[in-house]
Amino acid sequence: MEDLVAYFTLIGFGPAGWGVPLARAASMTVAVSLSAFGVGIVFGMVGCWAKLSRSVVAHGAATVYTTVLRGVPDLLVIYLLYFGGSQAIGAIARAFGHQGFFGLNGFVVGMMAVGIISGAYQTEVLRGAYLAIPRGELEAARVAGMGRLLMLRRIIAPQILRFALPGMGNVWQLVLKESALISVVGLIEIMNQTRLAVGRTGAAFSFYITGAILFLLITTFSGAAFRRAEAWAMRGMGGRVRA
Amino acid sequence: MKQFDFLWDTFLQLLAGVPVTVSLVTVSVVLGGVLALGLTGIRRTSRPGEWVVSAYVFALRGSPLLVQIFLIYYGLGQIEWIRSSLLWPFLREPWWCAITALALNTAAYQAEVLRGGLNAVPKGAIEAARVCGMGRLMTFRRIVLPIAVRQALPAYTSEVVIMVKATSLASIITLFEITGIAHSIVSETFRAFEVLSLAGLIYLVMNFALTRAFRRLEIHLTPQSRSRPVERPVSKA
Repeated sequence: MEDLVAYFTLIGFGPAGWGVPLARAASMTVAVSLSAFGVGIVFGMVGCWAKLSRSVVAHGAATVYTTVLRGVPDLLVIYLLYFGGSQAIGAIARAFGHQGFFGLNGFVVGMMAVGIISGAYQTEVLRGAYLAIPRGELEAARVAGMGRLLMLRRIIAPQILRFALPGMGNVWQLVLKESALISVVGLIEIMNQTRLAVGRTGAAFSFYITGAILFLLITTFSGAAFRRAEAWAMRGMGGRVRA
Repeated sequence: MKQFDFLWDTFLQLLAGVPVTVSLVTVSVVLGGVLALGLTGIRRTSRPGEWVVSAYVFALRGSPLLVQIFLIYYGLGQIEWIRSSLLWPFLREPWWCAITALALNTAAYQAEVLRGGLNAVPKGAIEAARVCGMGRLMTFRRIVLPIAVRQALPAYTSEVVIMVKATSLASIITLFEITGIAHSIVSETFRAFEVLSLAGLIYLVMNFALTRAFRRLEIHLTPQSRSRPVERPVSKA
């Protein structure tokens, strides 16, 4: 009982509590995950287009992209972007006569790294969704005289969104969990904030379990949101979706 | 030439991390597999058992592996009775902490993979086995498990690949596997592109070999999908 009181004082919003920094860190996790998810969708769309295109070069490039990014540890990709980016900027700066190590912004690096990684998964999700559109509907749209853009807007995009939602939900969960790795480049999200709190207080178990609970809360609530979105997207389709 | 020497030297240094990565993967996947079998057993015994296992799977799949590693490596030391228990000499070591975290984590995922495989076993096959007079255990051993394993194999392959990638997190708690070595070379030489790309290449080759091997196993376990040997025409002389 005493332990519980001590725990809640530690993570609470009182003067001795870490509630405010933890809440701020949780919103940082959500913010960086949302941005990375957005970047991933852009990469996924380009990748999907390339994989479906008839151009050998585009198809090959997309295959290399998805194979490499899904076969290499995420931590390595984050390091590559962070240290490699600093290396590149350092080289440019040296050409202009500056010296020293250039650190990059953790938020931008993390967003890009996790975005590029999730884009590889997003590519496959979107491709599967595109292939799930009945061919007859595309032909019908052509016959009805729709141009490519109109067809994309009215027939393809809405259907891809519907078929891709479950897969996108999985990618979102992946992004959320990968965002914890961004702590290695110094962004103050849940993982890093709990580490700082542990460094100050020494209460390692209390804070790391709190970090885990915060992640569980975010994954649970966003998972429920995705299920509602699925139910909404499938409305009127006959099939029943767990709401 | 100097450039090539550096790359070759780095490559050799990184190769030294391969055994560490491989043993991390093997030990944790095997331990996790045993644990997953146990979890599946508990899940099938009773309602409360089902709840407990579902809660375990939910917690382990819903939080990042990095948090779980930190919780075990740094967090367990805060608890008095663990520090005075027999397990403490193990849980003090980064190696065993990484193994514990990876095994507990993959057990949750493997339990789900196994569940999918078990659900795919046709009811008729089980009934037929019972009718033939097989007991519950023998039915499980001869009929259910082989079909379930075959069904679950593709999902199992991707789980092992994910584990290979996940071992890179062990570098954060000071283990010198491939990523850990790469990181230390980068901080000494500042040549991030070359070093990290080489490390990535090693992971790619490992995962490629792994998926190839599992693919072979899949084909081996699905004899009915193999092409039949060509029958020679019998001459009717």
